[in-house]
Amino acid sequence: MTYRNPPTTPRKSATFDDYTLSEIRRAAATGIYDIRGAGAKRKLPHFDDLLFLGASISRYPLEGYRERCDTSVVLGSRHAKKPIELKIPITIAGMSFGSLSGPAKEALGRGATLSGTSTTTGDGGMTEEERGHSKQLVYQYLPSRYGMNLRDLRRADAIEVVVGQGAKPGGGGMLLGQKISDRVAEMRTLPKGIDQRSASRHPDWTGPDDLEIKILELREITDWEKPIYVKVGGARPYYDTALAVKAGADVVVVDGMQGGTAATQEVFIENVGQPTLACIRPAVQALQDLGMHRKVQLIVSGGIRNGADVAKALALGVDAVSIGTAALVALGDNDPRWEAEYNELGTTAGAYDDWHEGRDPAGITTQDPELMKRVDPVAAGRRLANYLKVMTLEAQTIARACGKNSLHNLEPEDLVALTIEAAAMAGVPLAGTNWIPGKNGF
Amino acid sequence: MPATKLSKAAAHDHASRVFDLDQMSLRELNQALHNLTPGSNETAWEVLHPKGSHSVAVGVDQPVTIDVRGSVGYYCGGMNSGSTITVHGSAGPGVGENMMSGAIIVKGDASQYAGATGKGGLLVIEGNASSRCGISMKGIDIVVHGNIGHMSAFMAQSGNLVVLGDAGDALGDSIYEARLFVRGKVDSLGADCIAKEMRPEHLELLQGLLDRAGVTGVKPSEFKRYGSARTLYNFNIDNADAY
Repeated sequence: MTYRNPPTTPRKSATFDDYTLSEIRRAAATGIYDIRGAGAKRKLPHFDDLLFLGASISRYPLEGYRERCDTSVVLGSRHAKKPIELKIPITIAGMSFGSLSGPAKEALGRGATLSGTSTTTGDGGMTEEERGHSKQLVYQYLPSRYGMNLRDLRRADAIEVVVGQGAKPGGGGMLLGQKISDRVAEMRTLPKGIDQRSASRHPDWTGPDDLEIKILELREITDWEKPIYVKVGGARPYYDTALAVKAGADVVVVDGMQGGTAATQEVFIENVGQPTLACIRPAVQALQDLGMHRKVQLIVSGGIRNGADVAKALALGVDAVSIGTAALVALGDNDPRWEAEYNELGTTAGAYDDWHEGRDPAGITTQDPELMKRVDPVAAGRRLANYLKVMTLEAQTIARACGKNSLHNLEPEDLVALTIEAAAMAGVPLAGTNWIPGKNGF
Repeated sequence: MPATKLSKAAAHDHASRVFDLDQMSLRELNQALHNLTPGSNETAWEVLHPKGSHSVAVGVDQPVTIDVRGSVGYYCGGMNSGSTITVHGSAGPGVGENMMSGAIIVKGDASQYAGATGKGGLLVIEGNASSRCGISMKGIDIVVHGNIGHMSAFMAQSGNLVVLGDAGDALGDSIYEARLFVRGKVDSLGADCIAKEMRPEHLELLQGLLDRAGVTGVKPSEFKRYGSARTLYNFNIDNADAY
């Protein structure tokens, strides 16, 4: 019997992990970077790293299921004659027709309307499906200006000037040729079947001084009736918020890097922009420094999943949140019922992120007539409304426990952080201490 | 796309409605224009003392004529739908941006982004146009009597850009299906933009554009045509050095 040295357990590199190795092999085989949706997938400091304190001897709670906890919010009261009045502080983020199917856009409109909130167009113009089924529709004014026209501008309820998206601050869009149906091509004034590059810069303004003049033009065209939002990716939230306010925005939308519905390069998604949690306090601080907090409303998006996330964002000073990925999941995206088809695409339910390719088994991010039949706009809209209702009830539950008769009365003092990183980003104390990193010289 | 005929100081039987921006606000002017309804007999408007105001006559959606007596700032005639606007002076950035239909005539020069993202109608610049003329154009026809600056017709999707003078650097960069006609020299062409053969149908199209823009004494055969090589229409890694 020969003696063998005891073997060590095979050890994989933390730096060259399985995903990294597979990406190197994929890049070597194809010669092209990976494009996908679904936002940053890496672990980031997030709302999970915050906790509410609840009531105690010094704070009285409100009675659950009895005492009223207001959830309504008014957006755009700074300059607009007709501000947006929402029953809940959760809106549906912009997602393009072209990226999404017509029935999916209709379902978003139906769900939002049932819930008393707004939905938003996207980089592909306004469709009858969503205008017809959305009581309150925000019309995005994008660099590409695909489908932009006077009639739709006037029948919108608000206008959102899109400067950037959380998934890709500084990047334009890409819709692959296979998703360009006749209808999508016509709305975008481009030939069918070619890749559509959405511009990353606006064609007719550059910088904050021009933006102010552009906003004036949009107000003049729409007779100062409609709220004008400015949406930025989570890049420089303090300065971007301040400059948007200076340019005359009624509402500032800040989209963190978990914002997921834009397709772009994996390397861009994972390495450019800041997490949603890191964007909130600088944006709120900018509004406070200008004396405009609660006068110009702040909407934050990127990784909002449940009522706790909503309550935490509001406690940090946000007026409303916006959901994209979560809304798609409520409609039926990444549902395990399509697992066999996800497997055929080389993925699994919950990980499918090639929304730009148009082969979505759930029929949401596609222009394939057969696949899109899988979305029943009425039933899917109902699911979205149910989900929004649950999120609202959850946020109210927390607010009542903190003694607040309005979600907007939640405040940073209701929160502590579980990690030093989250404490520093959110500007709330590390749990069990009175230490806010970066404050008072520490 | 229906051709837009330039109306010659239309409706002389009605007195022009005169709007003096020294006396009234821009808001009042645009609101009055937006209050117009189909069949209104207020078909001729005159704007005095614009003094470089931004957003003069934006979002007009009735077929009226508007004569602006002086120079304007940004976005004059933005999103114009059916009106004929004549600027008796020069225009700032973004004149006729996203025009839907109708016509805008600038007697002087135009600044950057003239006719940006325009979907229809006719924009005539009787002087020169600056950089990014016709950027992202989506069906508009633009006729420039003088020269145009660099990066003109960037990502131009559809419509026609006619230049009687010269064009600056990177003309038609990343162009889609717009047609570019330049009579003078082109400093350089942008990515995927190439010189193309001028076929009889193009000569005919160009003559029609020159006629609509009131250009005389210039023959279509004096122009060269430029358009998309269509090599960047679908992503190909071997084209990466073009991006």
